Amino acid sequence: MSKHLVTATINGDEVDFTCHADQTLLEVLRENLLMTGTKNGCGSGDCGACTVILDGRAINACLVLGAEVDGAEIETIEGMSKGNELHPLQQKFLDHAALQCGICTPGILNTAKALLEKNPNPTETEVRFGLAGNLCRCTGYDKIVRAVMDAAAEMRANQS
Amino acid sequence: MNEIKNDAKTNYKWVGKRTRRPDGPDKVTGRARYGDDMVMAGMLFGKVLRSPHAHAKILSIDTSKAEALKGVKAVVTHKDIPEHAPLQPPYGPVIADLHDISRNVMARDKVLYDGHPVAAVAATSERIARQALKLIEVEYEVLPHVLDPLEAAQPDAPVLHEDQFTHGIEPAPEKPSNVFRVVSSERGDLDKGFAEADVIVEREFRTQPVHQGYIEPQALIASASEDGAVELWTTTQGHFVIRAFCARVLKMDMATIRVTASEIGGGFGGKNNVYAEPVAIRLSQKTGRPVRMVMTRDEVFRGTGPASGTYSHIRMGAKKDGTIVAVEAEIYNQAGAFKGSPVGRSLDSFISSYTVENVRATAYDVCVNRPKVAAYRAPGAPMATLPAELAINELAEKLGMDPIDMRIKNAVGDGGQSLNGVKYGHIGLMEVLERAKNHDHYKAPLGANQGRGFALGYWMHGGGLSSVVANLLDDGTVAIATGNPDIGGSRSSMRAMAAEELGVDLETIKPIVADTGSMGYSHLTAGSRTTFATGMAVINSVQEIIEKLRALAAKKWDIPVDEVTWEAGQAVTQRDGIEALTLKQLAGMATKMGGAIAGHSEINAGGAGAAFCAQIVDVEVDPETGFVAPKRYTVIQDVGRAVSPDYVEGQMQGGAVQGIGWALNEEYIYDDKGRLQNTGFLDYRMPVASDLPMIDTVIVEVPNPNHPYGVRGVGEPPLVPAPAAVASAVENAAGIKAASLPLSPPKVLDAMERAHGEG
Repeated sequence: MSKHLVTATINGDEVDFTCHADQTLLEVLRENLLMTGTKNGCGSGDCGACTVILDGRAINACLVLGAEVDGAEIETIEGMSKGNELHPLQQKFLDHAALQCGICTPGILNTAKALLEKNPNPTETEVRFGLAGNLCRCTGYDKIVRAVMDAAAEMRANQS
Repeated sequence: MNEIKNDAKTNYKWVGKRTRRPDGPDKVTGRARYGDDMVMAGMLFGKVLRSPHAHAKILSIDTSKAEALKGVKAVVTHKDIPEHAPLQPPYGPVIADLHDISRNVMARDKVLYDGHPVAAVAATSERIARQALKLIEVEYEVLPHVLDPLEAAQPDAPVLHEDQFTHGIEPAPEKPSNVFRVVSSERGDLDKGFAEADVIVEREFRTQPVHQGYIEPQALIASASEDGAVELWTTTQGHFVIRAFCARVLKMDMATIRVTASEIGGGFGGKNNVYAEPVAIRLSQKTGRPVRMVMTRDEVFRGTGPASGTYSHIRMGAKKDGTIVAVEAEIYNQAGAFKGSPVGRSLDSFISSYTVENVRATAYDVCVNRPKVAAYRAPGAPMATLPAELAINELAEKLGMDPIDMRIKNAVGDGGQSLNGVKYGHIGLMEVLERAKNHDHYKAPLGANQGRGFALGYWMHGGGLSSVVANLLDDGTVAIATGNPDIGGSRSSMRAMAAEELGVDLETIKPIVADTGSMGYSHLTAGSRTTFATGMAVINSVQEIIEKLRALAAKKWDIPVDEVTWEAGQAVTQRDGIEALTLKQLAGMATKMGGAIAGHSEINAGGAGAAFCAQIVDVEVDPETGFVAPKRYTVIQDVGRAVSPDYVEGQMQGGAVQGIGWALNEEYIYDDKGRLQNTGFLDYRMPVASDLPMIDTVIVEVPNPNHPYGVRGVGEPPLVPAPAAVASAVENAAGIKAASLPLSPPKVLDAMERAHGEG
C-alpha cells in the first residue's frame, strides 16, 4: 500500500511525514513522529484526550486523518510552553492541582487554550460546556474549571 | 517506633500545605510517560482475539493461517499458558486463584464472556496483527448464558463452572452452582429486634456493574531475553503484584521478571490485575523481540473491570425515638466469569456506622457471563451502603426525624466495631455528622423540582506491605524511592513527609517510583493505603538517615551520639563552641567518613483505621423528561490528616462525581446473546464537566493515632455514600422510591408517572 507524503507545521516547525491513507493524525503524531504528549483514550472522539489545535480549532486527533493535514498548522501539548516558560493555563493547572493522574491534561489544556482564544472571559457555565468533550475521571472537574477561569483572568490582565 | 505527633504538634512546615506537585511540570507539558508512551527497538505489536460469545465451549482453535501471514511472528493460545490446579479452601477474604487468573488471561476449555481472550498474535505492525486475528479459526459450541446475579443463583441457571460447589451452606451441595460462596454476619436476636420496632421499612434494590472508567487503556511492553530475563513496562497500580502474578501464572522465577510502572492514567482499582501481561511475555519469549500491547477502549469495556452489579434486599426497624433496633439484609454480588466479588466488604458496609443490636446480613458471590469484576474504589461498599442508607432516610421520614439527627442517635463511637467485627480506634464519625448538620448547604432553601439527599459512608482503609529506599546524595539532596505507582499525587505527600522529618526544604527531596528490581515488596496503590503505609515507610527511612547523620556528627565532633540531636535540618549539640552541621555539610563528609548514607524501610503497616464520609446533594428533576441535574454537592470526610490538602480535596471531589455517574448514568447494555453493546464512552456515559456543579469539600481532621502525622487515607470513602446520597435526592425531588440504578431519565419519568398517576 502506497503512502502519502504530508507537510504540516507542528508547533511552528515544518514537519514532513508519510502515512497510510487510513492513519489518523493521532497515530501519526504518536507512532510516526513519537510526539506522545497527545494521548489516546478511546480512538472514537468521545474522550478528548487527543485534543490538538488544528488551524485554530480544538479537534480530536483520532477523528482527523494524517493525510488531511497537508499544509495545516497544528499545535500540540509539546508546543504549549515557550522554552522553559509554562503557558498561564499550565501554571494554573499546577497551582490549582487541576490534575491527578494527568492523562486527560494535555487534551484539556488544548481545549481550554482554544476556548480562551475565542472567549477570553468565559462564565463558569461556558467553561463547563467548552470542556464537555474532554473526560476526566479523577477530579470531578471542579479544580479544572477553577484553573481555567483563573488562567483566563490572568491572561486578560496580562493583555490590558 | 513512630512517635505519635497528633496532639503534640500541628504547625507543620510542609505537612498540610498546598504545594506544586513534583511530577506536575511533566504532566502539563506532555513529557510524562504513560503505558503507551514507551517504545523499544525492534518491538512487535501484540493483539488479542476475543470471544464473540457470552458462553461457549471451545471445540478447536486453528492458528495456521494467521501464522502463515507475512509479518506475523508468533501466535499464542491457552496451550502456551501453564495449567494450574484450583485454589482449595479455606478461602480468605480476597480470592486469587491461579486456576481462574490463567483462564481469564487466556480461555482454556470455555469462553465465559463476550470479550474473553482466546488467542493473541505478535506482528511487525498493528495493522498486520489485526489482519492476523481475522485468520484465526475458532470453532465454538454456544451455550446458554446468564447475566443477572439473582437469575444465576437459581438452581436451573446455566452453570459457568461445572466444578464449583457453593461454599458456606449446610449441607454441602451436590450440584454445581454459580454461587461460589455465601458469607454472613449476625449479632443479637433479629426477631426480638423487629418485635421492638415501631416502624419497619423494606427495600429491594438493583445496581448495574459500572466500569472504573480510567481514561488510559491498559498498555505495556514486555521484553524477554535469551537468558530468561524479562523486562516489563506496564501501567499498573502495583508493579510488584504484577511481577508476582506473571511469575506464578507462567511458572517462572520471580526475580527473572523486572517490572517498571509507567505513569498511570487512572486506575480506581481497575489496574490491580494482570490481563495481557503474561500473554505479552509469552509472545516476547517466542519471538525474542519486545512486544507492545495496548487495549482499545472496546477491549477495556469488554475485557476488564467492572465493579459488581447487585441485587439487594433490606428490612430495617426503628423505635419511635429513632433507635435502629433491627437490620436484615442480603446482597447478591456479580463476580463476573470467575469467583471473587467483594462480598465481605459488602457485608461490612451495610450498617457499620451504627450501633444496631440485632443484625443479620448475608452476601452471595455469584458467577455470571460478564468480565471478571475488579476492585473499584471501596470495592463492595457503595452498592451495600445504598439500600441501607435509603432505608434509614425512609425511617427518618416516617418518624418525622431529621436524617442527620437519626444518624447521630445511632452513630458508633470510639472503640466500636464494624459488622464484621473490625475494631475501631479513635474515629471522627460524630465530627463528620456535626459538620454536615451545621453546614449551610444543609439549611439552604431548595428551588422548584429540587430535592436534597443525605447519606453516610463507612470504609476501613488498608495498610499492608510497603518498602522505601532513601538515598542521601553528597550534595545534600535526598532521593526517595517508593514501590507505589503515584496515581493521584502521592509523590507530593511523600516529599512533604520526608521534608518535614528532615527539617529541610521541599526542593531537597526528590521522590520517584522505582522498579521491582530496586527495592522490597510494595503492595498495590489501592485501599487508600499509600500515604498511610508507604508514607510511614518514608518516615522510617528518613529517620534512619537522621540517625546515621547524628552518628556522623558525633564522630566528627568526637562526642557521644546521645549528645547530638537533629533540629531543623541540622545536627546540633549543647556543648559549647561546637557549631551545628547542616544536612548538606554532613552529606559532603559522609563518603570520606565511612561511606554513603541511605535509609530503607520494609513494613507491614497496621492501624489504618476507619473513616467516615457524609454527603449532601441537591438535584433538580425535569418533570417533563425525568432528567436529573445535580445542583449542589458537599462532601464531608474525616481524613485523619490531609498531608496534601489539594489532592485530598481532589479525591473527595472525584469520588463523589464517580458516584454521580454510578447513580444517574452508567450502565452496561447487553443484547439477547449476552454481547456488550455500549463499549465506548459515547454510550457508557460518564459525567462530563457540563453535567456538574462545583463539588464543595469539608476536610475533617481527627488524627489517626496509628500514624506519625495522623493520616487515615482518603481515596475510597468519598465514593461509598455517593450513589445513596444522589438517589436519595432524586427520591425527594421526584417524590418517588428508587428501586434500581442508574436513575436514568426514562426510569425516573416512569417512576414519577407511577407515583403520581398519569395526569
